[in-house]
Amino acid sequence: MNTVIFRTLAPFLTALMLLFSVFVLLRGHNEPGGGFIGGLIAASALAIYGIGRGIQPVRQALWFHPMTIAAFGLLLACVAGLVSMVAAVPFMTGLWIYPSLFGVEVPLSTVMLFDLGVYLVVVGAITSIALALEREDI
Amino acid sequence: MAAPAGSSIDLSAALVLAPAPLADWLVILPVAWCLVSGAVLLMLRKNLHIQPLLAILALAVLVVLDGLLLWRVIEGGPLTMVMGRWLPPFGIAFTADLTGALFALFSALVALAGGVFAVQNIDGSGRRYGFYPFLLLLMAGVSGAFLTGDIFNLYVWFEVLLISSFGLLVLGSEPKQIDGAVKYAFLNLVATTLFLIAVGYLYGLFGTLNMADIAIKAAERRADLPLMTLATLFVLAFGMKAAAFPVNFWLPASYHTPRIVVSALFAGLLTKVGIYSLLRVMVMLFPVEREELSFVIAVAAAATMLLGALGAIGQSDIRRLLGYLVVSGIGVMLAGIAVGGPGVAGAIFYALHSMVVMTALYMASGVAGRLSGTFDLNGAGGLYGRTAYFSALSLVLFLSVAGMPPFSGFWPKVMVAKAAIDIGAWWLAGSVLLTGFLTMIAVGRVWALAYWRPSTTPAGEGAGPGPAAILPLSALVLVTVLVGLFPDPLLSQIQAAASLLADPSAYIDSVFPHGAR
Repeated sequence: MNTVIFRTLAPFLTALMLLFSVFVLLRGHNEPGGGFIGGLIAASALAIYGIGRGIQPVRQALWFHPMTIAAFGLLLACVAGLVSMVAAVPFMTGLWIYPSLFGVEVPLSTVMLFDLGVYLVVVGAITSIALALEREDI
Repeated sequence: MAAPAGSSIDLSAALVLAPAPLADWLVILPVAWCLVSGAVLLMLRKNLHIQPLLAILALAVLVVLDGLLLWRVIEGGPLTMVMGRWLPPFGIAFTADLTGALFALFSALVALAGGVFAVQNIDGSGRRYGFYPFLLLLMAGVSGAFLTGDIFNLYVWFEVLLISSFGLLVLGSEPKQIDGAVKYAFLNLVATTLFLIAVGYLYGLFGTLNMADIAIKAAERRADLPLMTLATLFVLAFGMKAAAFPVNFWLPASYHTPRIVVSALFAGLLTKVGIYSLLRVMVMLFPVEREELSFVIAVAAAATMLLGALGAIGQSDIRRLLGYLVVSGIGVMLAGIAVGGPGVAGAIFYALHSMVVMTALYMASGVAGRLSGTFDLNGAGGLYGRTAYFSALSLVLFLSVAGMPPFSGFWPKVMVAKAAIDIGAWWLAGSVLLTGFLTMIAVGRVWALAYWRPSTTPAGEGAGPGPAAILPLSALVLVTVLVGLFPDPLLSQIQAAASLLADPSAYIDSVFPHGAR
């Protein structure tokens, strides 16, 4: 796998896949997609980067340790449920706000926050597994 | 997509529209709190010094939350919250009744004691491997299992606690630990798969997973559904989880390998989740089938307790010996479930007693092993001469696990034995008593060899046990002594819990208020 072509292409492929993973994540509320599959796409993007350039560049690019990312995702998902406490509705009830940004109404919800948490958990967990496997591989 | 206000759809057909008061949140907060604090600890896992502090604080808050929940359940009866506001049985219900709240509170107490004990027992590498995050996620699984009102959700919490327990089991990655973990993981996965098959079958039969809904439908449609098959599957799956004979072999094979505080927590918490699920499913959901299966369960119970006690006598490693005592205690709880009626209260009481005492015993064995430098009874000795206070604590635990008065092990054994005699099962009552006798021999042997006998080898570590080890041990011993001396407050709640399991109408009313279904 250590060819010049692959090493040159890997960063572009990774960037494209990461962008696509965010698209899949956001689309997931009403159409096929969502946090889990988006997270898998992002994790495979990072894996491709790791195969092309090695583990250390991936760790540097991520900045945070993958497990920390997963933990933050778990925290987000829990907080998305706990927001309902303020609104006096049961745990995990979907709550919506419709702020207007630059004249466009943007629907934001705790459901999306939860999905974002799932996305981060999947990215973090799968990436740390992939990095560990690649390290043993060499 | 939720439309902005003003639509003409009748939401009351799908959603709970009554506002959820803050007190109702107590039923979900123990689980959510454990997940949140586990996630925070995982993010901070490089800060090795702050981890124990935060974890102990989080576990103390968990004890408070579970205490408040128990108080709320005693005052106001079973408490239900349906996730995401959906009407039951479509939404996932969390329902805490007395049984669940009592189990949750005792598990939180045990976890707090374990968290404090781990300050000394888990070194830097164990913390870097994530002992404390795993502990809190384990508690999320355990609390979730005790508080959920949905049988598939129960399966999910089983998985959560199982995965956390894998992590705890291999803390440190020693070859011996991997060996124990493989046995544990494989046999537990078989058990959870059986459980999942049973849940799938149940869903096929009833078309619902909500426990209150199942209880109603099981009573209505008992005649034309193959419920015996289903109940037998559940007994097998949960029996394997609880380490009942003949599917108990995974427990003694794996519980002596991890760090001692991990063994202590497993011995206190994991098998009791199996017993709790048996109580919930067999006593509350399928009482008629439990009656039919009672002879089978009783035989398994007698074999479990006797073989456990005999196995304990045959061991020379203290930790292995305790593993067999855990199994033996499971037998007594199963006997209570098999007998039914007042025996169920005995089973609940014994489970709570066993949580506290088995955890404390493993902690004591850890301290004893450190002091004498070995876990082998043949090499140990002279503990009594070295530290009398610790030896006294151990003696109380030994007597308590054998069921001697005036400690907490006495009352549940009396209740189970009496319930067995009342229905004419003399042999079952006899095996409870014989088990007490055999357990006494097993722990008496430990006492005579490791504590009383003069030391034959030079001391392992000169210093006595530190406060981080003695404090939680003393607290757990205090619980067993207090419960033994003043059993009435706890006993009355346990009897109320057992009668609520036998007649779950209050539980059902809490899930389906005003009889609406």
